[in-house]
Amino acid sequence: MNVNWYIVVSALIFCLGAVGVLVRRNPLVVLLCLELMLNAGNLALIGFARMWGGLDGQVFAIVVMVVAACEVTIGLGIVVALYRRRLPIDVDELREMQG
Amino acid sequence: MAFFFFLFAIIALAGAVGVVTLRNPFYCVLSLVAHLIALALLFLLLEAQFVAAAQIIVYAGAVMVLYVFVVAYVGGGDHPRPLWRAGARQRALAVGFGAALFVELSIAVLGTGLQALGTKGPEVTSAYGSPGEIGAKLLTDYLLPFELASFLLLAAAVGAVALAGRRGGLEADDRPLAPEHGEYVAPPRPAATGTMSEGVAGYGVTTPLPEPRVEDRELRTRERETVEPPA
Repeated sequence: MNVNWYIVVSALIFCLGAVGVLVRRNPLVVLLCLELMLNAGNLALIGFARMWGGLDGQVFAIVVMVVAACEVTIGLGIVVALYRRRLPIDVDELREMQG
Repeated sequence: MAFFFFLFAIIALAGAVGVVTLRNPFYCVLSLVAHLIALALLFLLLEAQFVAAAQIIVYAGAVMVLYVFVVAYVGGGDHPRPLWRAGARQRALAVGFGAALFVELSIAVLGTGLQALGTKGPEVTSAYGSPGEIGAKLLTDYLLPFELASFLLLAAAVGAVALAGRRGGLEADDRPLAPEHGEYVAPPRPAATGTMSEGVAGYGVTTPLPEPRVEDRELRTRERETVEPPA
């Protein structure tokens, strides 16, 4: 398969993730949609790495996976802290940092 | 190759749609696992063996287990209320934004001068994408990002412990309520707390809503004071 097919799939997954971030209210699902967007980025990176025949894109993809793991850890920590304080698990209800 | 590409791409896209549309967070996580596995197979088609293996082990394994634990602990927050409470207007705006983003990305990809985009890429040896090659890259050209990534992971681990760790308040509940009996009395919790069924069904569906923490802590302090009056 040509590389541009992979790039199109990656763009589709990225847009689905963006729509999910905008539409969903449960912060857990918002985090899942962020994962979708990061993974779409990974697919594009690896596709471009294949296009050039180099390995640098794959190394970038591994770094993106590290960043995603950190983001999940902190995000889930915040969700657990919210739950402990009996705050609503709903991004529409949490407006204190809105300014 | 084309067959496998379309198979895995369709599974990956269906998984992504499931994450966005499924109402129950537990099923969203399972849908994301299917998506990640399909994506790892796409990576394999792109000759990225090591990244595919890391994707399965780290993502579909470790990270998703963390998600499942937190969903089972917190419960289905989306469940009691309708999915699109935000209203049809915000949904339409969001879908329109997503479509516009896709069109923009497609134009950006098609409009590049990258001639090789329409090809399969150059011929590569079997060492391409192997752990040895990736490791050599990581420890020579990308040593600084590699070390920075490890510091980032350390900071995230410390931050997660600081965020989610107990800061007092629950220790008092763990003390035996009736010390004269010489045995530990478990603090009352609703049945099925922290089980998978709770994660699937959410609060208030299979189990009654738990009492607010503050109130039952007050109740328990009162009980303790009646058992052993403060000196």
